[in-house]
Amino acid sequence: MQGKSGYVAGLVALAVCAIVVHAGPSGGTVSGKVTYEGTPAKQKTIDMSKEPSCAKQHATPIVTETVVTGPNNALDNVVVYVSAGAPDDAAPSQAAKFDQKGCQYLPHVLAFQVNQTLQIANDDQTSHNIHPLPKINREWNKSQPPGTPPIEEKYDKAEFIPVKCNIHPWMHGNFAVLKNSHYAVTADGGSFSLANLPPGKYTITAWHESYGDQSQEVTISGNETKPVNFVFKAKPY
Amino acid sequence: MGKFFAVILTIITLASAYPIVTHQYVQPVDISTHGHAIDEQLSDTMAEAGFAFLGAQLLLAFFVWKFSGRKGGSKVFHLPGGAKLMVATAFILVGTEVLALGVLGQKAWAEVYFTAPKPDALQVQAQAGQFAFYFRYPGVDGKFASLHPDKIDEGNANFFGLDPANDIEARDDIVTAELDVPINREVHLMLHAKDVGHSFYVRELRLQQDFVPGLDLSLHFTATKTGKFEILCTQLCGLGHYSMKAYLNVLSQEDFDKWMKDRAAEQ
Repeated sequence: MQGKSGYVAGLVALAVCAIVVHAGPSGGTVSGKVTYEGTPAKQKTIDMSKEPSCAKQHATPIVTETVVTGPNNALDNVVVYVSAGAPDDAAPSQAAKFDQKGCQYLPHVLAFQVNQTLQIANDDQTSHNIHPLPKINREWNKSQPPGTPPIEEKYDKAEFIPVKCNIHPWMHGNFAVLKNSHYAVTADGGSFSLANLPPGKYTITAWHESYGDQSQEVTISGNETKPVNFVFKAKPY
Repeated sequence: MGKFFAVILTIITLASAYPIVTHQYVQPVDISTHGHAIDEQLSDTMAEAGFAFLGAQLLLAFFVWKFSGRKGGSKVFHLPGGAKLMVATAFILVGTEVLALGVLGQKAWAEVYFTAPKPDALQVQAQAGQFAFYFRYPGVDGKFASLHPDKIDEGNANFFGLDPANDIEARDDIVTAELDVPINREVHLMLHAKDVGHSFYVRELRLQQDFVPGLDLSLHFTATKTGKFEILCTQLCGLGHYSMKAYLNVLSQEDFDKWMKDRAAEQ
């Protein structure tokens, strides 16, 4: 008798576990691909000969990154995020990392949350002076000679912020400061996936630095995966 | 004590003249057609200033030696005419010296600034901005497209503010970070400042000219030796001034044509 009840208890525990795993943090998912139609602008070769310590890090010269494409018209460096329908999230404790290496910003587009620590490192043998250009957040620029510990900063309002270097005019990047944790930046093929969305109605927005933004409404009713695709119009100039 | 000072003064004077007189400082190589005139002018200036320096210092040392240790109460001898004549004489002497340098140097100056470049000179626009130089060639159509400062987009490598979407002439303009020129052909450089004052300095070309915001200034030169030379900003322009430089590549006509063809193909 005792053995039997233990068996039943075990079975119940297993079932409860299964339910928790299944329904727990997963929720619904929005996934899809960002593509372009038309002819995108030809990216230009960056000549950084004035900074030999950077130039020698690139076996082949790098090109501008205002439009980065992949096979099958995929569009990379697009920030896809929930712009409405989700509550604001508290900032995660881990820092968002932005690197200056080879006189280039890595990654080119960095997405992070409001009040999340932004950590900016200089991995070059030359000084940089990072200068993000926000319109609604506080503007600053900071000089960072080689060997300086990473700079730590935060933004308290959601905004897309272009970033430049005051010393190397070709350096260019973007910060996407977002209100919640449901975001992705397309890379290597334009695909994205926003997981853990509780049932509800959401506005999904895709933002690209040259092509602007687009939004779509989507309703999540359970543990489903809803496809959402974005197509941007590319211009040659 | 006075005699000791006179000796020290003489030693310092002769020691500082020594490296100049014996040509210890070698001039950098001259790669321009006008550079010899600038070098001659520098040499004349150095000779004239050198004679004045040596004469003044040695005369000072002589007087210190001669009149040191004199007892008080001895009669002071004044040159006739007093201070006014002394000032007038000094004024005439220095004025003549400066004027002589000006007369001797006017040809060197005129060759760079008062003569127009030849009509077939290679046209290049040089833009200085914090903290890099960029150069623009007119491209296949031979025309520089007009500039629109509001279109400047450095992340997109549009450093000059071209508008290729609406202006067909802008589509073939070649923008580079290095100044490539052919040997033995005149180059007409138009200097344009994007933000603050900068300067274009290539010591091997014996050229130095400020960029002035709001002014399009003109320079012309002919390079006579192939090679790679530094272009430096010599006008303090801000935080990154120390790193503001570019390279001048003087190429053979053949290499230059190939380079230009490759750049045109990239547009």
